[in-house]
Amino acid sequence: MCVAVPAKVIKINGNNAEINSMGVIINIDISLVPDVAPGDFVIVHAGFAIQIIDNEEAQKTLEMFKNYAE
Amino acid sequence: MQNNIIALIEEIKRTANGLSQINIMEVCGTHTMAIGKNGLRQVLPQNINLISGPGCPVCVTSISDIDNIIELAENPCNYIFSFGDMLKIPGSKSSLYKKRSEGANIKVCYSPADAFDFAVKNPQKKIIFIAIGFETTAPLTAALIEKAYETKTNNFFIYNTHKIVPPAIEFLLNSSNKNNISAFLCPGHVCAVTGSRPFDFISKIYGKPAVISGFSAEDILKSILMILKQIKNNKPEVEIQYDWVVKENGNPIAIQYMDNIFDINDAIWRGIGNIKKSGLVLKNKFRNFDAKVSFALKDVLVPEPRLCSCGEILLGVKKPFECRLFGKSCKPDNPVGPCMVSSEGTCSAYFKYEKYKT
Amino acid sequence: MTSSAKNNNFSDKNILLSHGDGGIKTGELINNLIIKYFGNKILNRLEDSAIINDFHNEKIAYTTDSFVVKPVFFPGGNIGKLCICGTINDLAAAGATPMALSMGLIIEEGFEVKYLEKILESAGEVLKETKTAIITGDTKVVEKNGMDKIFINTSGIGYIRRNTDITPLNIKPGDKIIINGSIAEHGLAVLSSRPEFNFKTNIISDCAPLSSLVNEMIGSSDKVHALRDATRGGIATILIEMSEKSKTRIAIYEDRIPVKKEVRTLCEFLGLDPLYIANEGKMVAFVDPADTNKVLDAMKKNKYGKDSCIIGEVTENSTEGAVFYNTKIGTKRILDKLYSEQLPRIC
Repeated sequence: MCVAVPAKVIKINGNNAEINSMGVIINIDISLVPDVAPGDFVIVHAGFAIQIIDNEEAQKTLEMFKNYAE
Repeated sequence: MQNNIIALIEEIKRTANGLSQINIMEVCGTHTMAIGKNGLRQVLPQNINLISGPGCPVCVTSISDIDNIIELAENPCNYIFSFGDMLKIPGSKSSLYKKRSEGANIKVCYSPADAFDFAVKNPQKKIIFIAIGFETTAPLTAALIEKAYETKTNNFFIYNTHKIVPPAIEFLLNSSNKNNISAFLCPGHVCAVTGSRPFDFISKIYGKPAVISGFSAEDILKSILMILKQIKNNKPEVEIQYDWVVKENGNPIAIQYMDNIFDINDAIWRGIGNIKKSGLVLKNKFRNFDAKVSFALKDVLVPEPRLCSCGEILLGVKKPFECRLFGKSCKPDNPVGPCMVSSEGTCSAYFKYEKYKT
Repeated sequence: MTSSAKNNNFSDKNILLSHGDGGIKTGELINNLIIKYFGNKILNRLEDSAIINDFHNEKIAYTTDSFVVKPVFFPGGNIGKLCICGTINDLAAAGATPMALSMGLIIEEGFEVKYLEKILESAGEVLKETKTAIITGDTKVVEKNGMDKIFINTSGIGYIRRNTDITPLNIKPGDKIIINGSIAEHGLAVLSSRPEFNFKTNIISDCAPLSSLVNEMIGSSDKVHALRDATRGGIATILIEMSEKSKTRIAIYEDRIPVKKEVRTLCEFLGLDPLYIANEGKMVAFVDPADTNKVLDAMKKNKYGKDSCIIGEVTENSTEGAVFYNTKIGTKRILDKLYSEQLPRIC
């Protein structure tokens, strides 16, 4: 059960955050990554952020992802 | 083909040259799919054999659990929330998909939070979330149980089938005279939560290489190369390829949630049998949220379908096409065993993606 | 209609959702119940439009479709726009110029008139754009809770110009496969507008009438061998059907199939495969290689064909059709039939 997608945190609302992944926006639960800040990248699984991604590496992944989608 | 992939494949071929048969097992349904979808078996040299292990949580859920969930669904006061993967798994007589067509309250959700929100909005209804998955998903369930406890949302239940991966790997290593596993491709998102440390035993105690891999074709090929280098240099260790997501200590907060909410117990893995200390069970304090307890459901031993080789396939002993039923009486539209029903099951992945032979 | 699945078992006691999703179960229903009771030479071909060959020396195409989309309004359209486009496109896929349509409305008691008006207005707009007319119809109202809001059936007839012969049987090795734009948008637009769906996207349905596009394609070349509008089951489903009907092998290329970034990402989140997701404004054409550029140029001049591109080719004749999917890393796999509606998975 490992389907998870990288996304950028846009806004934080208590235990929830609005994230954007290539234009798809959802509200997710950030109880598992309470220290996350807007602008951070997270890995999202089933509506929860399960880990914060290293920023530099995230750009690399999303770049690859962008190329993949082109 | 992309240049970086070409270069990787060339390096894999060079490094594998001269090595004897290498059997690499992955234990993650998403890896099974990624390998199949990308046709990776076609580009690897003959002496590298990719085996799928018991990485599909749906496939290893017992028939008894499926039957219990169906029994819960038959009560019109109950609302079952489930991930899509579970819907078509056959129990001994029916499936959630068929029950839904007969009018049962069964909803597919993307997130367990949807089930919890529904429970909050509908206090007179009983909401049961089918909690299935490994350590990627268990912390989510844990966070919601804590929330349910604190807010006294007593109409929210879970049917818990959560299991953990390291004991299954240890079990496989102890039966390795049957499947001869040379190395492990470890699940990237499970390890995002657990970190690499729970998997250290693979190299420290059993002397086998293990690489925690991401999910793109490039990630998996890089991980295979890392494994080959370890074998060539005779330096088995647990390495992290997916290093922008996986840290050695994982996500301590997610781990803490699991520790607060669950105890570890033995668990039955369908097709395999009992694996010690491989299952998560709600701590006593939270037992009221356990559907099995609150609805007095029992475990019943149900025999596996005759001639179904899912057990051996899950252990990596047999490949799907070695099962007598594969592609004949067992196909995605008429599955016999769990490996064919689940979209991430080994047999399903082979049926969909491995038809092409070079 | 969907391709047949050779299966003599119809073991289900109740109709399941998968009997209507265009995959294997739909095939079972068609073969074991529908064809069993009233199969005939024309019906058994199971093409988008039935072609009546001996109608006073002309060829007439005749098609029917029922629309039960939920929700009734979705980003990019509604059931009214959908039903006219759907029927027009089925006629266009036979190379027919649409002449006239019928419409059967089945409405739930209590359905708000303002919504019905909007639906009829949208249908009217497409009729105007395509210069077709609804010339007969019927309306029924079902008591409240007897059905879900509104269902529409539309049938259409069109005439096929002499010497126009568009059928999968004309597909030959060497033919190029062209599509008029990006895939998987309609299915996701509908999914995203369901109330339980918490994702926000800008994905809108590609619902569009393609008769003018097809007219220009056929006008530019007489070597358009076959056409198919890719609806439920996605482009994978219709490509597999075309390969089976024409007894050819097809190769398509992952890096040539246009998929918008948002579509790809949403599919990743939900564990869906864009190849199998419904479209409502996509025509797949099989064109002789000599005329491919001509046809592409004609398509790009049409407002529904600006993003037209070649996604693959027909490679060889074969007793059993097959679609080979070439991944972007250069490996191949054979596309499988859709066994049942894709359920959002997270595994």
